[in-house]
Parts: sequence; structure tokens; C-alpha cells
Amino acid sequence: MISGEFDLSIGSLIGFSSMSLTLLTVETNLTMPVASLITLIMVLIIGYYNGITVVKSGLPSFIITLGSLFMIRGFTIAISKIITGRTQIGGIEESKGFNIMSSVFSNHLTIAGTNFPISIFWWMLFGVLGYFLLKHTQFGNWIFATGASQESAKLMGIPVQKVKISLFMLTAFCSWFIAVTQVTTFGGADVLRGEQKEFIAIIAVVIGGTLLTGGYGSIIGAMIGALIFGIVKQGIIFAGVDADWFQVFMGVMLVSAVLVNGAFRKKYAQG
Amino acid sequence: MVLLGKNMLRDSNQIVLKNIYKNFGNVKALKNVSMTTDSGKINCILGDNGAGKSTLVNIISGVFLSDKGEYRINNKTVEFLNPHEAISAGISTVYQSLAIIPIMNIYRNFFLGNEPLNNEYFKIIDKGFAIETTIKELKKFDINIENPKRLAGTLSGGERQLLAIARALYFGAKILILDEPTSALGVKESNKVVEQIILLKEQNINVILVSHNIDQAFMLGDKFFIIKNGEMVGHLDKFETSAKSLRTILEK
Repeated sequence: MISGEFDLSIGSLIGFSSMSLTLLTVETNLTMPVASLITLIMVLIIGYYNGITVVKSGLPSFIITLGSLFMIRGFTIAISKIITGRTQIGGIEESKGFNIMSSVFSNHLTIAGTNFPISIFWWMLFGVLGYFLLKHTQFGNWIFATGASQESAKLMGIPVQKVKISLFMLTAFCSWFIAVTQVTTFGGADVLRGEQKEFIAIIAVVIGGTLLTGGYGSIIGAMIGALIFGIVKQGIIFAGVDADWFQVFMGVMLVSAVLVNGAFRKKYAQG
Repeated sequence: MVLLGKNMLRDSNQIVLKNIYKNFGNVKALKNVSMTTDSGKINCILGDNGAGKSTLVNIISGVFLSDKGEYRINNKTVEFLNPHEAISAGISTVYQSLAIIPIMNIYRNFFLGNEPLNNEYFKIIDKGFAIETTIKELKKFDINIENPKRLAGTLSGGERQLLAIARALYFGAKILILDEPTSALGVKESNKVVEQIILLKEQNINVILVSHNIDQAFMLGDKFFIIKNGEMVGHLDKFETSAKSLRTILEK
């Protein structure tokens, strides 16, 4: 989103990846690592398609990836019905390679007597990597420039199109990663996995201070946004408040964050 | 393209355009335009909107190729297929609106697209060098920045223009095209920029100033090229003209 584009297809890509991974493992006898690699390649191709379509058509990525969202979700449901007659598949625990995958993606680590899911460490690792990429590398600089002003970036010789395409492939990779984590945690796939994740991602990023128009934002902000989202979601249940209020709260947070961010942009972005 | 080494450009940085024509479909944007600009001089291109100033500038800076005619730098014929080829030959353009990204900080703006790296493999930006150099280069233009991590949007309009000029020179520009550098600025900011543009002559830069502010151009310029409807209608040195007669030619 810092580069000025949205990827709404991530939720459906999670569903697609988890289904593809499980089907390839359960139905074709491939080992799970191989199946996840094949899935990763397919997902990256979809990410590339998203990117190239946005870049070549010049249309808003909001629309292009909304299209991808429905295409991928529909395709996933249809294919899994054709092959298995169901939309949920389990039984992946018995397949070859499950234990290795599970120990990497969904293990629990015990630190000081408390059990932590390994996904927390993955989350932090990706956070640190993302922070480093954005703030300290040339590519990170190009991402900011592309989002802030595509025309200026082009004039300075930045390959704007390549930047955007690789970012769409990166979000696709992240969807795949979440899918693998989910499949190893739940021992199976559901075509509806990842539903509405795209909106949660946008909310977390915007609450974290990223401009909807691109060009400004941070990983740390997005991580705090995600934390706020998670804490409120759990906390509202413990507080004994009807969980429906959670959605109201998130909506209010989202709009206020956009207004604050917009005011910031107005202050500095004039001519 | 013809590659021009830096030493070839050191001497005169002269640009010669001869009998240039450029059409866009049926529109004749430039008809038989010739001009010569020298280094250490401020060469003004004057004309109304739509007269062909931008087309001419775009041909010099490598955005377009001319349909017909000759383009020479230091007596070598050149043909730039894109702006990068022109930039590597020492020709930089500072556009009034697109020069600086306001929501990006100052030193990142300065090095945008030319980031200094301290690790080639991971492409890690050498921030210390970038920050130091930015402070140093801006000082040459009388801008004192203590914290180049500030957003460029916090600079005044004149400072932003000067930042863009400083950047172009730092990256080796010998021929500098300024597209309406003061048109969006107030009087005070405008004067700051003008003072620094005059100082560019001492650095032996070939400055090509595009303007429709005749009084300012006359004050600054050494040579004046007046374009009207795609034709070069006037071609004057400072000593042989006045702001008044320039205006008469333009409005005739």
C-alpha cells in the first residue's frame, strides 16, 4: 500500500493456497514440502498476473484485485467440489512430510514456562525484514517514491512497473505463507480460509499510519495496527461486551485513522 | 547514441540545434528551429504557452527525437533515445512540479534513483554518506539544513527548487534545463533561486532557462531565443536588446 496499490486478492489467495496444498498432498500422494512448493509457484504467477494487469492497464489495483478475489475464490470452490465433492478437506496429518512442515510453521515454543506459537516469531521476523527492506535498502526507497509520485519516480529513473509487480508477488507470497501455517495448524483446508483477511490487512495498515494514497507508512505502524486489531477483538469478549460492537469499533478506528493520515498529507504534500 | 565522456564536456558544453522539425500528427510543433547555447551563459527560451517551448526542451532532454534536423553537443552529433541517455551525457532537466517528492525526506529526495550503497549485494543504502553529502551540497546553495531527515515538504518552495538543482549538479549535470523555476514562487523565494542561478555561470554550466516572465528572464539571461507558433522568431544577445523590445517581438 505504500507503493500506492491495494491487493484485495490476498484473502482468496489464502483459501486457494491452502486448498491447493492440501489437494496436492492428499489426492496425489506428493509429499507436503513438494506440494507447498508447487503451490508457491502458482501463487507467485497469480501475483505476477495481478501486478502486470495493474501496471499495463493503468486501472486502479482496487478493481483489478477485486476481480482476482472473486475469480480465485470461485475457482477454488469449484475445483475442490469437482475433485472431492466437498469444500473442506482434512486428513493431511498422515501424509509424508507433514511433521517437518508442521515443526517449521505451526510448532509451539516454550519460553520461561509459557507456550508461544511459532507463528509469533515468524511474524516478528517478517516485521524486522520488512522494516529493513523499506528503511535501509534501495528497493525500499523506490517503493516509497513509487507510491508518493509515480511521475517523479519515473523521471529519476526508477523502474516503477517492476517495483509494483514484485510487490504484488510479495503479497501473494505472504498469502501462501499464512495458508501453510493454517494448514499445518488445523490439519486441513477450507475454501473459505482467509475470507475478509484483505480488509483486516487494510485496516491494520491504515491504523498504523500508512497513507491510502501511498508514499508514506511503516511496517512497525502496521504491526501495531494488527496488534490493536487482535487485542480489541479478544479483549471485547473478555470484557463481556457483545462481540458485534467490535466491528463498530474497527469501523470508527479505520475512518478516524484515514482522516488523521489525510490531514498529515495535506499539511506536507502541497506543490 | 554517441557516448560523451566527462572530459569532452568539460570544455564548452555547447549545444547546437540546426533546422529542427517536429510534428505530432498534423500539428507542426517545431518548424526549422535552430539555436546555439554556450556554457557559462544563461540561455533563455521565451514564448507563450503552446508556442513550442516544451517540445524544444523535450528534444534537448531526450524525451522526444526530432523528425528532422541536427542536434550536436561539443560538435558531436547526438541522438538520445530517452532522458537517461541525456542525463548520462550531462544534460539534466529540473521540472517545476515534479522535481521533489514532498512526503519523502530531504536526503532521500537528493539521492532518489542514485542511492549510494554500502553493500552491493543487499543494496543497502549508505545513510551516513547520503546525509552528510546532502548537507554539504545544499550548503553550496546557501541552504542550511541541520536535519536532512525532515520531509522535503517542510522546505520552502525556493529551497525545493534549489534542492533539485543541487542534485542535478551533484550527479554531473553540465547542461541544466530549468523549466519555469520561479513561476510558482513568491517574490522573496523567487529571488533566492535567481541569485543561485546567476552563480551557476561561474561553474561553467550551460543553463537553459524556460520562462514566460520576460522581466526576470531579461535580468538573468545572456542570450534570448523567442519562439512563436513553433518558429524561432528572435535570436538576441543581451547587449542588443531590452526587456521592452523582447516583449514587442513576443507580442507582435
